[in-house]
Amino acid sequence: MLNIINLTKTFNPGTSYELRIFNDFNLHINKGECTGILGANGCGKTTLFNIISGVLRQEKGTVSLNGKIIDNLKENERARFIGRVHQNPSAGVSPSLTILENISLSDKKCQKFTLRKLINKQKIESYREILKTLDLGLENKLNTEVKYLSGGQRQSLSLLMATMNKPELLLLDEHTAALDPKTSRLVMEKTQELIKSYNITTMMISHNVRDAVKYSDRIIMLDKGEIILDVRSGQITEKELLNIYNSRNYGSPLQEAV
Amino acid sequence: MNTLILTSIEQGLIFSVLAIGVTITFKILDFADMSVEGTFPFGAFLFAKLISGGFSPLISTLLSFTFGTLAGLLTYTLNIKLRIKALLSGILTATMLYTINLRLNGKSNMGLFSYPSIYEGHEPVIVLILIILAVKMLMDAFLKTEVGYLLIATGDNETLVKSLGEDSNKYKLIGLMISNGLVALSGALMAQYQGFAEITMGTGIIVVGIASIIVGDTILRRNKLLKATTRAIMGALIYKFIGALAIDLGLAPTDLKAINAIIVIIFLTYNTFNPLKIKKADEYKVVEEAKC
Ligand SMILES: Nc1ncnc2c1ncn2[C@@H]1O[C@H](COP(=O)(O)OP(=O)(O)OP(=O)(O)O)[C@@H](O)[C@H]1O
Ligand SMILES: [Mg+2]
Repeated sequence: MLNIINLTKTFNPGTSYELRIFNDFNLHINKGECTGILGANGCGKTTLFNIISGVLRQEKGTVSLNGKIIDNLKENERARFIGRVHQNPSAGVSPSLTILENISLSDKKCQKFTLRKLINKQKIESYREILKTLDLGLENKLNTEVKYLSGGQRQSLSLLMATMNKPELLLLDEHTAALDPKTSRLVMEKTQELIKSYNITTMMISHNVRDAVKYSDRIIMLDKGEIILDVRSGQITEKELLNIYNSRNYGSPLQEAV
Repeated sequence: MNTLILTSIEQGLIFSVLAIGVTITFKILDFADMSVEGTFPFGAFLFAKLISGGFSPLISTLLSFTFGTLAGLLTYTLNIKLRIKALLSGILTATMLYTINLRLNGKSNMGLFSYPSIYEGHEPVIVLILIILAVKMLMDAFLKTEVGYLLIATGDNETLVKSLGEDSNKYKLIGLMISNGLVALSGALMAQYQGFAEITMGTGIIVVGIASIIVGDTILRRNKLLKATTRAIMGALIYKFIGALAIDLGLAPTDLKAINAIIVIIFLTYNTFNPLKIKKADEYKVVEEAKC
């Protein structure tokens, strides 16, 4: 499905801030699977997503999707088959537009945007139904501007918007980190329901070991741009994962200073 | 006093076309487009060129809008294609337009009294109201379309626009072109109104545009449902009126630019230090935290 071959990425090359984040990195993601991605802060998880979705360009290596190399496609061209929920809750919504306007926009995702009216009154009920499944009361706030929603509410809305056109690959970047425990579980269940019913291949970054074990089919752990663990989720327990976390000395500059 | 009121309404209406243009860039796109300083007289000189070339007043006015959009294309090219900062791109466009404006008719001041104008045979204020209504209705309708919403979203969050499969730069281009077209239209309307096109008529005009937006937003803050276009129009009218009042109270017309700037400063300061507003924000925060 997704194939990353010999990926090399360096930030600020040639300066004193040079940081080689990936060096000949390889990763294959299987179709229809949910792959949990673990790793300490700053190990390059979001950077990996940025490269896959075309926000950042690698200096070496190829990324291919379903056998097609996508390196030359721009971010907006890749959106046709890649959906993404960002770590930052505001990145997936338009704050000055209402919930209804945001959803209506995402409903038109990757279709032709024309000079027709955006809001289709006939669809409002179906949007309300989708929002209801989040159980956050958003269905009663259709005309509220998104800037007045909390971070968690925004993040949940982003998830709905990112999956509305059934992408082939879904990138979830700590998409429940901003949510309270109850909502987090709810959104996780909702995520599972969406990816199973649409059969979406998913990569899910999480710092929650329990969620990773429970919701993904495969778990990989990154450290300094390398895969240090790659197992089926049934083959490992929460405890074992935590032990790996604790046993490794993640060489972040802060820890080294201590 | 009566003619003063009428004059300031008429000028306010002319400036409200400018204000709607500036709203698109500064407010909706979050693009500080300074090219306005050149585009406003550009519209005036374009009109002068066309009307003296034998076109009808209506065609000359409409073509001023059309050619005015090209100023937006230039700013876009500088900013997006050549990666020059937005602010500087606008200033560079305005600087280029200065020369173009002088070249268009070969002079820095061109009288238009001997040519027909769109106001001829009607009350200027009626003509202007009809034009502003048309501009406002077209703009409002446009902002409700799929493309219009993408324009708003581009100013809000380009990442979202890209994730919808669209090139956000395209919407910056559309916004810049419409905005500059409207500013040029405003310049053409002004030239016909005052009977001449003059090279300095754009100096400080960006302050008028921004002032109209700020005044409109401040005074009409309590009304949530008011559209951005309505605010811009009301803002331009009120703002023009305050300026006229200052002159009526004895200040010289040459003081006008300073008055313009002072009005902006007063309204901005009021917005920043208004205790009511701060309280409201706090209130909201508390409510939101209580919900979590
Ligand atoms: N645009 C950038 N320019 C320079 N350095 C960057 C850039 N983006 C990320 N980095 C650096 O790359 C490293 C990896 O960042 P990344 O955001 O991928 O981490 P992460 O694994 O997602 O961490 P977290 O769990 O905190 O989200 C960090 O050290 C960061 O400082
Ligand atoms: Mg991250």
